[in-house]
Amino acid sequence: MNHAPSSFDEMITADGAVRPAYAGYRAWLDAQEPAALRRKDAEAEGFFRKTGITFNVYGDNAGEERLIPFDMVPRIITAHEWRKLSKGIEQRVRALNAFLHDIYHRQEIVRAGRVPQRLIAQNAAFLPQMVGMVPPGGVYTHIVGIDLVRTGPDEFMVLEDNARTPSGVSYMLENRETMMAMFPELFTRVNVRPVQDYPRRLAKSLAACAPAGCGDRPVVAVLTPGIYNSAYFEHAFLADQMGAELVEGSDLRVVDGRIAMRTTRGYQPIDVLYRRVDDEFLDPLSFNPASVLGVPGIMDIYRAGRITIANAPGTGIADDKAIYSFMPEIVEFYTGEKPLLANVPTWRCAEPDSLAYVLEHLAELVVKEVHGSGGYGMLIGPTSSKKEIEAFAAKLRAKPDNYIAQPTLALSTVPIFAKSGLAPRHVDLRPFVLVSPQGIDITPGGLTRVALKPGSLVVNSSQGGGTKDSWVLED
Amino acid sequence: MLGRTANGVFWMARYLERAENTARLLNAGFRMALTRDVATAQEEWRSLIVSVGMTPTYEAAHGQDYSGPAVWNFLLREKANPGSVLAMIEGARTNARGVRTALTREVWEAVNESWMQLREALARPVREASLGQVLGAIRRQMTLVRGAMDGTMLRNEIHNFTRIGTFIERADNTARILDVKYYLLLPSLAWVGSSLDNVQWDSLLRSVSGERAYRWLNAGTMDPRGIAQFMILDQRFPRSLHFCIDKLRSNLFGLAHEYGHETSAHELLRALGTQFHETTIEAIFEGGLHEFLTAFIACNQQVAQAIEHDYRFIA
Repeated sequence: MNHAPSSFDEMITADGAVRPAYAGYRAWLDAQEPAALRRKDAEAEGFFRKTGITFNVYGDNAGEERLIPFDMVPRIITAHEWRKLSKGIEQRVRALNAFLHDIYHRQEIVRAGRVPQRLIAQNAAFLPQMVGMVPPGGVYTHIVGIDLVRTGPDEFMVLEDNARTPSGVSYMLENRETMMAMFPELFTRVNVRPVQDYPRRLAKSLAACAPAGCGDRPVVAVLTPGIYNSAYFEHAFLADQMGAELVEGSDLRVVDGRIAMRTTRGYQPIDVLYRRVDDEFLDPLSFNPASVLGVPGIMDIYRAGRITIANAPGTGIADDKAIYSFMPEIVEFYTGEKPLLANVPTWRCAEPDSLAYVLEHLAELVVKEVHGSGGYGMLIGPTSSKKEIEAFAAKLRAKPDNYIAQPTLALSTVPIFAKSGLAPRHVDLRPFVLVSPQGIDITPGGLTRVALKPGSLVVNSSQGGGTKDSWVLED
Repeated sequence: MLGRTANGVFWMARYLERAENTARLLNAGFRMALTRDVATAQEEWRSLIVSVGMTPTYEAAHGQDYSGPAVWNFLLREKANPGSVLAMIEGARTNARGVRTALTREVWEAVNESWMQLREALARPVREASLGQVLGAIRRQMTLVRGAMDGTMLRNEIHNFTRIGTFIERADNTARILDVKYYLLLPSLAWVGSSLDNVQWDSLLRSVSGERAYRWLNAGTMDPRGIAQFMILDQRFPRSLHFCIDKLRSNLFGLAHEYGHETSAHELLRALGTQFHETTIEAIFEGGLHEFLTAFIACNQQVAQAIEHDYRFIA
């Protein structure tokens, strides 16, 4: 599909002028030697390889590590735009937490008829083990990633909420490091808000969620599935930056009613576990009995209030794509305010009228699996062949509950540094949000993912997308 | 620190050390083979396989073919050899990845870069013309890692476990090389104590990078007993057994100091240290060099096992 003429380019206006956000950057860029820039571009890849910032692609050559391509043209957001976005994000995150608390307690929102019962009770992400318990500090989603897309000067929409274990923050940080190492002079010309203190803020936010009575220096550990996990680099990176231990399930066990890690001196209790292991694998006694990635008995300790698990088990019920379509109602129900950030219009294929519409308009729509992620199992109507659409229609008819559909959005573009010079590519943005009893903390910017193929709308790194450094300008 | 982390840095260090020692061994063997007729060269190559304790694995793959390229490719990169340099570098890097938070960025990058370079260098069978270069690259990369460790690591328990891994492995390797080569080189016991001028002895020293140091200390005289003494008892030579034991002791002492108590590993090592201080090369030869080295290798292994157990490397 060619890039839609109606796409909003964040750097250049329709008549070729540079937008104010990019004025400082563009002035610098125009003064650079193209050959020198190309050299820098090649340097960047070597830098990432050397540092080992790689991810493993499932289904690829076992153990093969790949780089997420980095594009050196930054994505720039003005202070004014960011203020608006942060307000909307904060409202949404507050609503997500309130929703989770409600869903695992009185389910007022279901009683009020605003969210259908079947979406909760029959949802695999709903964990009965969480019913009636309050996590330490009352926080469910300690770390949230809100995926935003832009379609116009003022049109930002939420494409997806990530309330389980959002990843990508290490790329946000390394992209900035790389930019500062490659172009230090840029940062003296343009005032960019720093992101580098994210790990410190994460450590502080997690510590603030520790169970009561832990003292002022709670022991925080990061739980990883291990070196073969696709995001292992990030797990190690965050543990390292926070000065926390990076543990695997086999390092942990229950000792005297606490979760403890096996150190060279014996078992030492942990207060806060930032887990990067899915709910299903967290506790073989409560969930998947075959799991070796988790800790047998951790759910009992958790329910007894002796450890904080971040994010809380069962938060997946809030970022389910079927629930997503109810987010405007959810925000309004819990905050009493109109949502500041819009949802992308969504057809729930479980509803017969919507299904009929979707089946008729498959060639224009994007259809997603309700529980899918990473861009797998989806149909992008406009770029699919007739045959692909027919095959997908059959799947859709067989299991309509499993799908939602959205219009193909004219995602905004930001130029990338292509062989032939600057060329527009579609982008999205994932800001990272920290939640603790002390408040909601949003790091300015986030991770910009960019589709590297001309016209492509798929930004997922697992499907050939790249990333950019994301700048929020100082006032 | 986590027991798993201690295990990770320990094995990372052991693998790196073994990779480097294999490269040294090959370097000496290669030089040797160049100056010999075909039959003697084959014997030389065979002795390398014996020193690393891989004879059955090797012969399963190559039979009696002890030609140079077969041996060096086996030692450097063959899949059939779990102790190949390539397998060691991969093992070191996998362990380093698993304990990244315990390593400084520079150490991690040095290990990762070594893996990237050597994986490339060993992707295809190594030809004679490039063997020297490849062996040089292995030693150079390992030196780089060591430099990064020395220059950036905090002198704490993590460093102690890393060093312990290095010296356990080095002591084992030196003892094995000496054990195998000594008897290959010695035509009869009567030669012990006599003065020799033999490139083969030079090769033995070369395989532990000790040829210049030995010559300097002994004014160029090659004496089998002197060489054994040098490799076993000389506390100044960084690849001698005694040197390794001293380093093991100081690092285990560091742990005892930090943890406030000693473990069974300390006891074992204290006994071994005393033995080394009290013995002489004459006493060793009296009891039999081979017997001495075999007992040493077993004892060294016991120390390693005691450390793994006492510091909870595995659950």
